[in-house]
Amino acid sequence: MIRIWQIAYKNLLRKKVRSILTITGIAMSAWVLVSLLGFNKGYENALNRDIDSMGYQVLVAAKGCPYEAATLMLKGGTGLRYMDESIARDIQRYSEVKVITPMVMQAVFDPNKGESGGISAYLGVDPKTFPGMKGYFQFQQGKWFTDPNAAEAVMGYEAAELEQREVGDKILIPEKNVELAVVGVLKRTGTQDDGTIFVPFRTVQRVFGVAGKLTAIGVQVDKNARIADVEQKMYDLPDVQVVSLAQVKQTIISLVATARVMVFSIAVIAVLIAMVGVVNTILMSVFERFQEIGILKSMGALPGDVFRLIWIETFILCLLGGIAGNALALGLVRVTDILIRRLLPYSPTGSLVMIDLPLASIAMAAIIGVGLLSGLYPAWKAARIRPIESIRSQEA
Amino acid sequence: MNDTGIAIIAEHISKIYRRGSDKITALDGVSLRIRRGDFVAFVGPSGSGKTTLLNILGCLDNPTDGALSVGGTDVFGEGTRLGEKELTKIRRQHFGYIFQNFYLLPTLTVRENVTVPFSFYRKDNAVTDIPALLASLGIERRMNHLPGQLSGGEMQRVAIARALVNRPEILLADEPTGNLDSKRSRDIGEVLGSLNRDQGITIIMVTHNPELAALAGRQIDLRDGRI
Repeated sequence: MIRIWQIAYKNLLRKKVRSILTITGIAMSAWVLVSLLGFNKGYENALNRDIDSMGYQVLVAAKGCPYEAATLMLKGGTGLRYMDESIARDIQRYSEVKVITPMVMQAVFDPNKGESGGISAYLGVDPKTFPGMKGYFQFQQGKWFTDPNAAEAVMGYEAAELEQREVGDKILIPEKNVELAVVGVLKRTGTQDDGTIFVPFRTVQRVFGVAGKLTAIGVQVDKNARIADVEQKMYDLPDVQVVSLAQVKQTIISLVATARVMVFSIAVIAVLIAMVGVVNTILMSVFERFQEIGILKSMGALPGDVFRLIWIETFILCLLGGIAGNALALGLVRVTDILIRRLLPYSPTGSLVMIDLPLASIAMAAIIGVGLLSGLYPAWKAARIRPIESIRSQEA
Repeated sequence: MNDTGIAIIAEHISKIYRRGSDKITALDGVSLRIRRGDFVAFVGPSGSGKTTLLNILGCLDNPTDGALSVGGTDVFGEGTRLGEKELTKIRRQHFGYIFQNFYLLPTLTVRENVTVPFSFYRKDNAVTDIPALLASLGIERRMNHLPGQLSGGEMQRVAIARALVNRPEILLADEPTGNLDSKRSRDIGEVLGSLNRDQGITIIMVTHNPELAALAGRQIDLRDGRI
């Protein structure tokens, strides 16, 4: 015995091209929707991961543009401003501060990097405090340097890959003609640390001629203290700016909000267009089968049966479109990532689009829900067809 | 209106269509009784009201006036006018329909087409052996074919099988051979005749085909909406 859903499914096979086009429309809108939801989730996760990976909750930097400070905090940078090392000692005295780590960032142009040269970033860090803040770092080879004055370096995963260096090799700091011995290579972290070359901060100060200067101080606050209280105290320090994680997140999220609204609008429009397609397809199909639907009623189909039949057709279209859209979103997650990165003023490292089962389920439910709403009118129209009307139209 | 030997009683049935200010009388006070096991053919020129009468007797349409009883149930009359849902229940219980254009679902096989009514309703005494039903109509070898692979005569046999799966008491056929050549028309006529003769199914048929009408035990000639 054939079941009603089988009849519905086979009805859709009559006009294969039309059904496929409708499913494609739904799939495209589902793709956009799933990617958007995945982006909402993935972006925040990536941002949190980037910020958490810093190991400190507050960054103190020399006074300047707050966006420059945020960029420095997340990506490193050039055109650096310096502050005096004594500030680190002042901050260390605050009772709320658990530990601080001084940092000196330097970046030089390396003509031998890549095909046409590139910037090499050296982050001078304190071997006593920095490794403790980056407890999640794992070494592929070697270990941290221990002497703050040593001519040694620990290379991030990508930096080591790019420079083709292993433990025991030497790296040359361009322009300075200083060689550093590679004592460790980190495993991939998925953060900006992968591209960084870590050097003892005294060595960086000496080599680059910035003795007694720092570009940033990472501050880890005691877990019982209020971060806002420490920040308030640090605001009184001369010629420094204090950037907290909350500020950084807020700044970036506000910068990204415009792009989010744009992407969300595109998703809503895509879903609406797809649903107009569904209404059009099903309604056309109902009109084409006007006589046939009347004959089904003469065979004993009640209005509810016909409504169900047409609604199941809508459901099948939306289900297949939703599955295809989810598959597209999963398959093209890298492409979506690249496209979204182009739209954003700042993108954290790691994947920006995170699609998991709950998210895919929510998107499916949304597509099917909206789809079934779209199918209400055609199904209602079909349910109202009277057999006598279809028989008379046959006579005509 | 209760008589166990009577399948349908129609009294003073009239049907008037209104088109703008014009009134078109399709049926004008038609009265008739059809007994169980009858084979009735409505004949007459086009526009004489044959199909309108068939549709009203088959509970597909309501008359404008008169009274109609099917299997002892009052369907239309003074104070009785059933809605679409109630009419469907009567159709399910009593009728099977065959149309000139077959109306098979093109993407379903013969077997699937025949069982489509079961998707909506299945009578307790419905046919369970579909291959045997198809064999009785000479189309068992076409069971897994699609309608597009069948001849017109075969398609009409499939439509007949579909009308028979719920074992209707009354089979309504509107120009069942209208789209068939003379040989296939004779074949369909024989099938209808044997259903009436061997299974006792009441058949009410509209036809222009005198050869087919001759197979019926009773011919009712309609002219201008009257018998």
